[in-house]
Amino acid sequence: MTRIALRTHINGREYSLDIEPQESLAEVLRDRLHLTGTKVSCDVQVCGACTVLLNDLPVSACTLLAYEVRGREVLTIEGLADPSGELHPLQKAFIEENAFQCGFCTPGMLLAAKSLLDQQPNATDAEIVEYMEGNICRCTGYRPILAAIHRAQGGP
Amino acid sequence: MPTLLPRFTIDQPETLAEASQLLQAYGDEGRAYAGGTELLLAMKQGGLRYAHLVDLKTIPGMNGIDTVNGRLRIGALATHLSVERSSLVRERLPILARMEHRVANVRVRTTGTLGGNLCFGEPHSDPATLLLCLDARLHTTERDLSLEEFMVGSYEVALGPGEILESITIGTLADSQRAAYEKFQVHEYPMLGLALVLDLDGRAEKVMRARVAVGSVSPTPRRSLAAEDLFTGEVGDTAGRLHQAADALADDAELIDDLEGSADYKRHLIHVFLERAWKQALNTQA
Repeated sequence: MTRIALRTHINGREYSLDIEPQESLAEVLRDRLHLTGTKVSCDVQVCGACTVLLNDLPVSACTLLAYEVRGREVLTIEGLADPSGELHPLQKAFIEENAFQCGFCTPGMLLAAKSLLDQQPNATDAEIVEYMEGNICRCTGYRPILAAIHRAQGGP
Repeated sequence: MPTLLPRFTIDQPETLAEASQLLQAYGDEGRAYAGGTELLLAMKQGGLRYAHLVDLKTIPGMNGIDTVNGRLRIGALATHLSVERSSLVRERLPILARMEHRVANVRVRTTGTLGGNLCFGEPHSDPATLLLCLDARLHTTERDLSLEEFMVGSYEVALGPGEILESITIGTLADSQRAAYEKFQVHEYPMLGLALVLDLDGRAEKVMRARVAVGSVSPTPRRSLAAEDLFTGEVGDTAGRLHQAADALADDAELIDDLEGSADYKRHLIHVFLERAWKQALNTQA
């Protein structure tokens, strides 16, 4: 097999792509589909900038082969807001809490936080910190991000 | 700019026999591919090069978690996350679920597999360090091995050409046993993993037998029989010998100076974390 016919769903849309086996998910998203909201930073699965959701669970698009998403659902930052344009509660909360500065880590932060809250809507402080420890931010000092996730939980 | 992977092909066998044949035919040009969290990184960084990856995930039934003859059986392709979240594992061997919960980050745990971790021979493996202190057996397409027999060296395991790890079985702990796994990590990989399993007498006043291992500081995780001997005796007396045991553990680990720290620093970590593991084990139910 030298090329792969890849059928997948990305942000609710069906795609049929002709890819090479060694292409990473990040390359396919960014270079073929121009979904450049997925950022690549460390490139070794440590920083979390390239986090996307695969069947609702977070993966590192930098190192995951695009081959792995065949027949599965991918959610990138471009698909997080409602199609009407209404932002996701996490996006609103990140804005309200100033939970980003340069913004490079933000797509990954938002998607990791979404997967956490979908699984554990009432995650505690400690559970949020533990789940998010693989997403690195060099601007905010993390406090506003924690506050934003709590705000998105519904709170007062 | 992200680093691009060199070209390779991916095979999608449907049976273990087919996968074995492919791997045998490819020889050094091919490698079994599971989660890819370690393999693809090493290939991206140029450390390893294979023209053919044989995807084991297309073989049905290799990621199950169940029990067989009272032992926990984990399919080689079960992800760290599925082991961590398995109600069976949490109930029968909670220490394994707790250790898996702390492997790398949630993205790596979503993709990476327990079998892949062991087969890669990663010296910084959390699972290998803990499993060395548990009653773990590795079942390949050809034979059954202990973890000690399986681990040969840094990034080197005992798998022969075309031989594939199918599952890992682990004996559960008795009520009289206590286990702890403690780790220290500041970079991508743990700098120290330390596992301790104690067999106590009925009144939990005496240590009858102990197994202790350190990982991430030697080419493979290491037990120390000398350290284990120092654990047997009245709990109060053992507490007084912890530093001696830590020194024995450090001696047997043959610590070296490297980018992660000096041998002295690693020895210091072993002292600190052995004491933590001891307290953790005594305070934890099996």
